[in-house]
Amino acid sequence: MENITNELNELNKKLLSMASHAETAVNRAIEALMTRNSELARQVKNDDSIIDQLEMEVDEQSITLLIKAPLAGDLRFVTASMKICQNLERVGDEAAKIAKSANRLSSAPPLQLDLELPQMATLALDMLKTSINAFVSRDSIVARALIPRDKEVDALNKRINKSLTEFMMQNPEAIPRALSLMIAIRSLERIADHAKNISEEVVFLCDAEDIRHSGTRTI
Amino acid sequence: MSTVTNQTPAFAIRDLAVYFGLTKAIRNISIDVAAKAVTAIIGPSGCGKSTFLRSLNRMHELVPEARMTGDIRLFGDDIYARNIDPVVVRRRVGMVFQKPNPFPTMSIAENVTVGLQLNGVRDSSLLAEKMEQALSMAALWDEVKDRLHAPAISLSGGQQQRLCIARALIMQPEVLLMDEPASALDPIATAKIEDLIVELKKDYTIVIVTHNMQQAARISDTTAFFYMGELVEFGATAKMFTSPSKKQTEDYVTGRFG
Repeated sequence: MENITNELNELNKKLLSMASHAETAVNRAIEALMTRNSELARQVKNDDSIIDQLEMEVDEQSITLLIKAPLAGDLRFVTASMKICQNLERVGDEAAKIAKSANRLSSAPPLQLDLELPQMATLALDMLKTSINAFVSRDSIVARALIPRDKEVDALNKRINKSLTEFMMQNPEAIPRALSLMIAIRSLERIADHAKNISEEVVFLCDAEDIRHSGTRTI
Repeated sequence: MSTVTNQTPAFAIRDLAVYFGLTKAIRNISIDVAAKAVTAIIGPSGCGKSTFLRSLNRMHELVPEARMTGDIRLFGDDIYARNIDPVVVRRRVGMVFQKPNPFPTMSIAENVTVGLQLNGVRDSSLLAEKMEQALSMAALWDEVKDRLHAPAISLSGGQQQRLCIARALIMQPEVLLMDEPASALDPIATAKIEDLIVELKKDYTIVIVTHNMQQAARISDTTAFFYMGELVEFGATAKMFTSPSKKQTEDYVTGRFG
């Protein structure tokens, strides 16, 4: 029993390390985008392989644990870990995409337009941090409260895309740069989606309740 | 005979308590055991699982100073009613034990038919027909049809256990009680017994005591968790093993008891 408890603790640690790397990647990617820092952008892209490696390690450890057939809370923890780890890996990929856009944009003249990009970046990053904190503290109340915020990100995404589209129509020469920015914005929106997914897994882990695809239902 | 509907549980158990002398082995047990389903009984050693199982066919009465209070209905019939013969109850509620226990001096065929013979069946073609049916249902016929007169103890452990199941099935019971029927078997023989249990539930009600949580998860529809003689939790197996309601159940199924 001690053996399986230790393995569960190890899995938890590995997942936390992965979450920490994913959060750092997003943080740096956003900073690289905002401050046109190509060096920071390169660092994010290079570090993505660490997250990929951790993903494989978390999966391997989860499978090793599943062989031992954990049940009840342990079973929910292992299955939730596998899903959370997949979401974190995608978060890493999205951070890398933002970094790639940041790198491209940093070498071109800045776009002269006022977007709600900082607000969206702050919100997406905050959602990611909150979902990770909810997992660390096994707090389903925090996890549940986070889910509706995805709608705010979606609304921001829509408004920014509209502004960018109008901008592109008026400034055809800026289309390549605007498209790069659009890719980064789309990645931010995806990061918020992953944060939502992680929160849903935290609710499953804590409350044994599957709240995915529950639409606007009160949670 | 009471009216029996599809919803009638195989067993309706109310306020069951079993005593051995002054010791109360189980108490306050009230559950309905669904018909044509597998109900698993889990719990640590000494929690009263086997006592509970044995009270369902009055086997516990074989222990001196055993007595029970409460009410157990088998498809509506009070199995502890004064005019009910325990032998009749045991014919309706068959039992398979932890270790295969074929009659060592008898052949495979004799082991299966002995119950009918003791009940006065003499027609050899009828006995042969019933024997084949029982062995087929126990998924053993193909393996033994060419050596029916070989000693039962020449069979492997897993085959002996299926022989014991065939021996119980030939009496056409309504319920089959199983007390850790696969605990002495290797994984392959265990898988065969588990497949058989799932197959048998089409026609029979099965109540199985097991220490193997994964086995309970694989084969049962409903699980009851016993602890210190009391029923802690009773519900759908999938729920019991993913999100039990009681902390004691969670601690037990995750191996963190004590």
